Amino acid sequence: MIEFKDVLKIYPNGTKGLNNVNIKINKGEFVVIVGLSGAGKSTMLRSINRLHEITSGEIIIDGKSITKARGKALLRCRRDIGMIFQNFNLVKRSTVLRNVLSGRVGYHSTIRTLLGLFPKEDINIALNALKRVNLEEKAYSRADELSGGQQQRVSIARALAQEAKFILADEPVASLDPLTTKQVMDDLKRINKDLGITTIVNLHFVDLARQYATRIVGVRAGEIVFDGPVEEATDDVFSSIYGRPVKQDEMLGAKV
Amino acid sequence: MDALKKRRLSLMKRLVTLIFIIVILWASSLGTEVSISSLMDGLPGMGSLFLEMLPPDWSYFSYVTEPMLETIRMAVIGTTYGAIVAIPFALLSSRNVVKWPVIYFPFRFVMNLIRTIPELLLAALFVPVLGIGDNAGIMALSVFSFGVIAKLAYESIEAIDNGPLEAMTAVGANKIQWIFYGVVPQVIASFVSYTLYCFEINVRAAAILGYVGAGGIGLYLNNTLKLFQYQRVSTIIIYTLIVVVIIDMISNKCREKLI
Repeated sequence: MIEFKDVLKIYPNGTKGLNNVNIKINKGEFVVIVGLSGAGKSTMLRSINRLHEITSGEIIIDGKSITKARGKALLRCRRDIGMIFQNFNLVKRSTVLRNVLSGRVGYHSTIRTLLGLFPKEDINIALNALKRVNLEEKAYSRADELSGGQQQRVSIARALAQEAKFILADEPVASLDPLTTKQVMDDLKRINKDLGITTIVNLHFVDLARQYATRIVGVRAGEIVFDGPVEEATDDVFSSIYGRPVKQDEMLGAKV
Repeated sequence: MDALKKRRLSLMKRLVTLIFIIVILWASSLGTEVSISSLMDGLPGMGSLFLEMLPPDWSYFSYVTEPMLETIRMAVIGTTYGAIVAIPFALLSSRNVVKWPVIYFPFRFVMNLIRTIPELLLAALFVPVLGIGDNAGIMALSVFSFGVIAKLAYESIEAIDNGPLEAMTAVGANKIQWIFYGVVPQVIASFVSYTLYCFEINVRAAAILGYVGAGGIGLYLNNTLKLFQYQRVSTIIIYTLIVVVIIDMISNKCREKLI
């Protein structure tokens, strides 16, 4: 469970990234955060694993405060949280397998990981993770030989190899075409269902959000303006989140 | 009206720059007393020297092979030492690896300071300390290589993609793992390429280090010149040329493959 308690984030220039956010995300949920760009979706997601530091308040993950965690405890917290980025964030020159194995470094001693001496078990975990996203045969290719959609699925495999309890996906399909968008979203959904990994995704496509989410959180100007099951997220609700009627280009259908 | 003024101003700027450059050139040539006529006067002398160099003393080739190998060995060891010391310095000078200016500014300062010293001067400094011979040359080349490689490496570290670094933070990697999985794979190819490039420079530099007593083929060049053995001088020059060209060729091929 992830819990935000009175979370406030003020950027150095004075803008409020998050304004008094209180929310609980339960195990196994597939939450989609929607909102205009700049509304605070990314800030909210990144404050969970402290890629962004919050100004005040507290974020609790499975009963432990990540906000107060220091040193090794913080690394342990982060190890439990997989993250998917808009630009995949793979090391392009490294092999796919090495990229996936990089998700395992939190489980081993520094010296062992520096020498690349991962136990056989870990190689199997990594290969299984690749199998789950149907990229097992690409294990020994260089990451930059893969298409964008494939690279994104490699980054999902990295989160799986990490044996994360949570997956945060920050605009995972924003740089993909509609067909690969579907594959990536399907992979995320399947992993969420099969392994029960709590998944939080930032999206700006309204129809995608409706199709995949179990729960929708609407963010505007750093505040949560809607929080409810997908059935309740009607067109009117989206309009109120966006502060205006939903435009055609906010539907993936329009992108085809 | 305003546009015309701006145009005049930029014309003025160009004119001032041109005058400035001419004055500098004129002052420099005055100071060094260089003149076309003295160059002309020297021409016949150059011609006769060139004739004295011919034919090269081919039998001398085998004699200078050992010092030539020594020169290459100096370059290999010097480059390697320099490259090894450059790694931590390059990392600690990079703003995206070390977030605190308190650390990266001093490291950059030391790096830039060392880089300003020419290798011949370094050799001249090391000869009195380590004595005449290749040790002084190796030390000079190590320090020189360190300066070159550390500078180039730190610049390429600062230019890497931030994405993988963010990803490594997110998986819970500690700082050392973060460097080895996020930074190193992104810069290793350019690092090796810079090291090879530095090796090319070092082979050339090592060939003249003997002039200040720091070992290698330069010593022989110096001696034969002093004894007016011009045919041997030309042998050494030809030999050096061949070795440098071959090493440059191999190194260039390797670097092409890396990028």
